[in-house]
Amino acid sequence: MCLGIPGEVIEILPESPDLAKVDVSGVKRAINIGLLTDDPPQPGDWVLIHVGFALSKIDEEEAQAAMNFLEGIGQAYEDEIEALLSSQIDEQAPIDEKG
Amino acid sequence: MTEQRQANWAEEAVREHAEDAAVHDHELAQYPSGADHPSREQQVLDRIEKARARKPKVKEERITLAHGAGGKATQSLVEAIFLDSFRNPLLEPLEDAATVTANGTRLAFTTDSFVVSPLFFPGGDIGDLAINGTVNDLAVSGATPMSLSAGFILEEGFPVADLRRIVASMKAAAEAAGVQIVTGDTKVVERGKADGCYINTAGVGLLDPGRELGIATARPGDAVIVSGPVGEHGMTIMLERGELDIEAELVSDTAPLHELVATLLEADSGVRAMRDATRGGVATILNEVAQAAGVAVVVNESDVPVRAEVRGACELLGIDPLYVACEGRLVTIVDGSRTDEALAALRSHPLGAEAAVIGRIADDPPGLVLLNTGFGGTRIVDLLVGDPLPRIC
Amino acid sequence: MRFVDEYRDADKARALSAKIVGLCEPGRQYKFMEVCGGHTHTIYKHGLEDYLPESITLVHGPGCPVCVIPMGRVDDAIALAEQPDVIMTSFGDMMRVPGGRGSFFDSKAAGTDIRMVYSPLDALKIARQNPDKHVVFMAIGFETTAPSTAMTALRAEAEGIENFSIFCNHVTIIPAIKAILDSPDLRLDGFIGPGHVSTVIGCRPYEFIAAEYDKPLVTAGFEPLDILQSVYMLLLQLSEGRSEVENQYGRVVPWDGNMVALRAVEQVMELRPYFEWRGLGFISHSALRMKEHFARYDAERHFSLPGVRVADPKACQCGEVLKGVLKPWECKVFGTACTPETPIGTCMVSSEGACAAYYNFGRFSRERVRQASQPQPVTIEAGARKA
Repeated sequence: MCLGIPGEVIEILPESPDLAKVDVSGVKRAINIGLLTDDPPQPGDWVLIHVGFALSKIDEEEAQAAMNFLEGIGQAYEDEIEALLSSQIDEQAPIDEKG
Repeated sequence: MTEQRQANWAEEAVREHAEDAAVHDHELAQYPSGADHPSREQQVLDRIEKARARKPKVKEERITLAHGAGGKATQSLVEAIFLDSFRNPLLEPLEDAATVTANGTRLAFTTDSFVVSPLFFPGGDIGDLAINGTVNDLAVSGATPMSLSAGFILEEGFPVADLRRIVASMKAAAEAAGVQIVTGDTKVVERGKADGCYINTAGVGLLDPGRELGIATARPGDAVIVSGPVGEHGMTIMLERGELDIEAELVSDTAPLHELVATLLEADSGVRAMRDATRGGVATILNEVAQAAGVAVVVNESDVPVRAEVRGACELLGIDPLYVACEGRLVTIVDGSRTDEALAALRSHPLGAEAAVIGRIADDPPGLVLLNTGFGGTRIVDLLVGDPLPRIC
Repeated sequence: MRFVDEYRDADKARALSAKIVGLCEPGRQYKFMEVCGGHTHTIYKHGLEDYLPESITLVHGPGCPVCVIPMGRVDDAIALAEQPDVIMTSFGDMMRVPGGRGSFFDSKAAGTDIRMVYSPLDALKIARQNPDKHVVFMAIGFETTAPSTAMTALRAEAEGIENFSIFCNHVTIIPAIKAILDSPDLRLDGFIGPGHVSTVIGCRPYEFIAAEYDKPLVTAGFEPLDILQSVYMLLLQLSEGRSEVENQYGRVVPWDGNMVALRAVEQVMELRPYFEWRGLGFISHSALRMKEHFARYDAERHFSLPGVRVADPKACQCGEVLKGVLKPWECKVFGTACTPETPIGTCMVSSEGACAAYYNFGRFSRERVRQASQPQPVTIEAGARKA
């Protein structure tokens, strides 16, 4: 319901400390960081941007943990597919996984 | 809020489609509610296609900006008002240029108006657009551009220096495209009645007698190719207006495509049709192909070239780059067996260096553009109603 | 793009899909509601249902703030725009939403000054630049967006800006979820919880759903893998007999939310006794208005509004679609009288609405598309997957 996009803080604007310049895939905009005064973001931090405000600081550790889980499942799946393919190798041509 | 009334337009729409609803009720009565019956869904889908295929109507009382955006609203306006009155066999295909025959010589004839704001932007100005736009409409019709007209509508108070700058751009663009501006017109309107400067150009080009191009000739097995990354012009303009306060190092892709087209056609590359992907972007062109030829267009999302900055701005604003305008990119449909030749020909020219095959033509479902998403799913790419608008949700 | 592309990976999706299929009990049908319109949009935009077995149905919930605005409120906003020397501002999403007498675009064509803004702060900027006009910002959105509006009101007060007011239409998500849970014809197995709302309110407000209604809820991110993983987490809870609130979107959503944002909203706004939601009717304590202290920035007090309720046509079945009782295409006006060009019901209004998402992105038979599009990914459980 609410479009939120991750962007990297590249600088805190010296003339107004509640504004930070944020980079989204090479595109830059000044974003209000007044909602993050409990834990102000620094250059290099990633934030979630919604209607010109940073709503939340992205937690790198949490992100990594979620990725590890997804990669774990992916690896298990690859292994299973491989096992499946090698068991069929004599009967048919290998399945093109990408189709 | 105790006072209550009805939305008349909505009640009217319901009345207008009452017959469809009755048929629908009858169809649905055969199955229990909430159950999943593909055949039943298919019946509903068929009914929708019937509703969509009806004669378009302009329901609005006034023109809105959506009527100029190149999407569904533009299509309804053109078909219900212009085509309905002017109808003739040359106009009816609604191609980028009409084919006119004079004394056995086939000419392509086209016109376009330019109302861009701001007038000057990174990568070009309204003058470049006015020449390149018309040159491109001729080129993608398979014609060699020859002569152009230029009509200016100027606002009282418009700086002459700006006009000189625009005209200089037009001169340079015309020279680059090998065309001459052979006739013109000037009108001045009161301050506030125009946005500085509007330009209309029309053009004629010579068609090769042996070549028939047209989007209606697309057939299953054909390949769909774009000549480079999409959406740069539209996004440059959107950001340059400054209202969004977004900075990006983007420049418009405005360029004359006549040489690129010539290279492609000379290469015996099995070209069936070309379009320049202006208003409404690549998605709109592909919908036109699907409808004109009665085929399905299947696009692979991850094969569509998009620059990082265009993508970033699109993600931030919630816009799909497939709908963002280009001014120097063409979409071509080529015989599937000639894909490699077509791609090599495009890539041999600097304006086509980043050309890519983005999809293919299939037979079913006819009239639809399907997208195989980067994520591995499938969805429809429909015509937009109007301009893609920045959204927050 | 970091934190985006890695969550759109097809290989990981295939693996997760196989896990999901493995967790489904044979013969059992599952219905999960994604509350949030952003999730609906993601599901259709990426074609996510291609990865789900037929036994899982996603029901598209009421979490689209544009869709739920009643037509009468749009008419009120247009009445505001028609006042002399008023500049009306809102997000691009609102521009095409029809009220009883047309949309912002229609009103603009008839001569009012209505402008799109990216941020409420941009509306304030327009007020600064146009001291002889009064600028109204039509605020819409859930708890995600309310803090930005609140911050803008605070900024206006700090700067002493006089020619600015807010037409507040902020709504709150919990009462809407509760209204859905209390509807007698509902049958849901769990919820995919709103992600960005939760960055503000955190995950605790959902605990009653697990405790009182015995339904699992997983707060989810907005990339397709986030949603797929949430479906997996819901199934895992069901298979283990649990009903808990879990957070899939930990990278963005802190369990306790954003206290600064909540305080800002608390300072500026208060709950309305009731508010009308299109498709769901009147729901008590489900929306916000400006507090007395901010009366000078409240467009509803600054101007007198018509406040006339506009009824949805009787043929409209959005209420049933929102509760998952009907699929979009089962509504009798779907795709004929009701289309994205002329949306007569809430679900067709924005591309986040269940009907509009289906119409724009999914209006085809998966059977036929399977033949047209490229061969589908290899399946271990042959035949278990949809299309």
